[in-house]
Amino acid sequence: MPAAPSAPPRKAPVGTLYRGREGMWSWVAHRVTGVAIFFFLLVHVLDTSLVRLSPQDYNDVIGTYKNPIMGLGEAGLVAAIVFHAFNGIRIILVDFWAKGPKYQRVMLWIVLGLFVVTMAGFLPRHLMHVFGGE
Amino acid sequence: MTTIADPKAPRPPRARPSRLTTRGNTELYGWVFMRASGVLLLVLIFGHLFVNLVTGEGVKEIDFAFVAGKWSSPFWQVWDLLMLWLAMIHGTNGVRTIVNDYAERDGVRLVLKGLLYLAFVITVVLGTLVIFTFDPCPTDSPANLLPAFCTAS
Repeated sequence: MPAAPSAPPRKAPVGTLYRGREGMWSWVAHRVTGVAIFFFLLVHVLDTSLVRLSPQDYNDVIGTYKNPIMGLGEAGLVAAIVFHAFNGIRIILVDFWAKGPKYQRVMLWIVLGLFVVTMAGFLPRHLMHVFGGE
Repeated sequence: MTTIADPKAPRPPRARPSRLTTRGNTELYGWVFMRASGVLLLVLIFGHLFVNLVTGEGVKEIDFAFVAGKWSSPFWQVWDLLMLWLAMIHGTNGVRTIVNDYAERDGVRLVLKGLLYLAFVITVVLGTLVIFTFDPCPTDSPANLLPAFCTAS
């Protein structure tokens, strides 16, 4: 994207499509959630690889995923994944749908709405698994 | 009369535009891959989360027998293999983009990307080997930790 080469530096960036607004913050959130998911993925492949060592070793380590603190971590992980997934679809629509850039802000609110609905379906069930009795 | 050795007008020195150009269309293919793999990963990972965290007893029912039960079926082997490869390439390319954006010193950028690619190779090779060499019924293990079909007959 060619920027004006000799535009005088502005003090407050105004008139840009994204900066400081929903578009920028969704971009920041997409990066933050993406990095978090990536590092979990590295750990998750390692812990799953313990099935190759022995059933006892795998069960010992996966057992730590069942305590309440890890349970909350899993809720956070799922939240990060759900946001990243829905916002990713929004990015694709911005790129490929002719009216995508025009509706990018509306689509972010739709993403957040779908996020709330999905988490409302997931969280009670997951928290019941984690905190509920046998 | 003398001949001009290098008949070009002198040019003012300029910064080499090494970071403004890319060779070939690699970055374009990367951009397309992020979108195509993203859609597939949405389906694969939502399915993975639903089966492992929502159905049954959720995270509480995950143990060796649970994993063995899934990986005794080629369906879940292929599912998890696809998920592993697509997620690792998608994630590595995403982190690569972020490193390129924020690590401005050449040395730092090189080291970070070196570590990133090392983590990629180790994780993908390890995960792939585990999926393909997995034995759901290891002989010297207590039967109560194994899936039911190990002792069925």
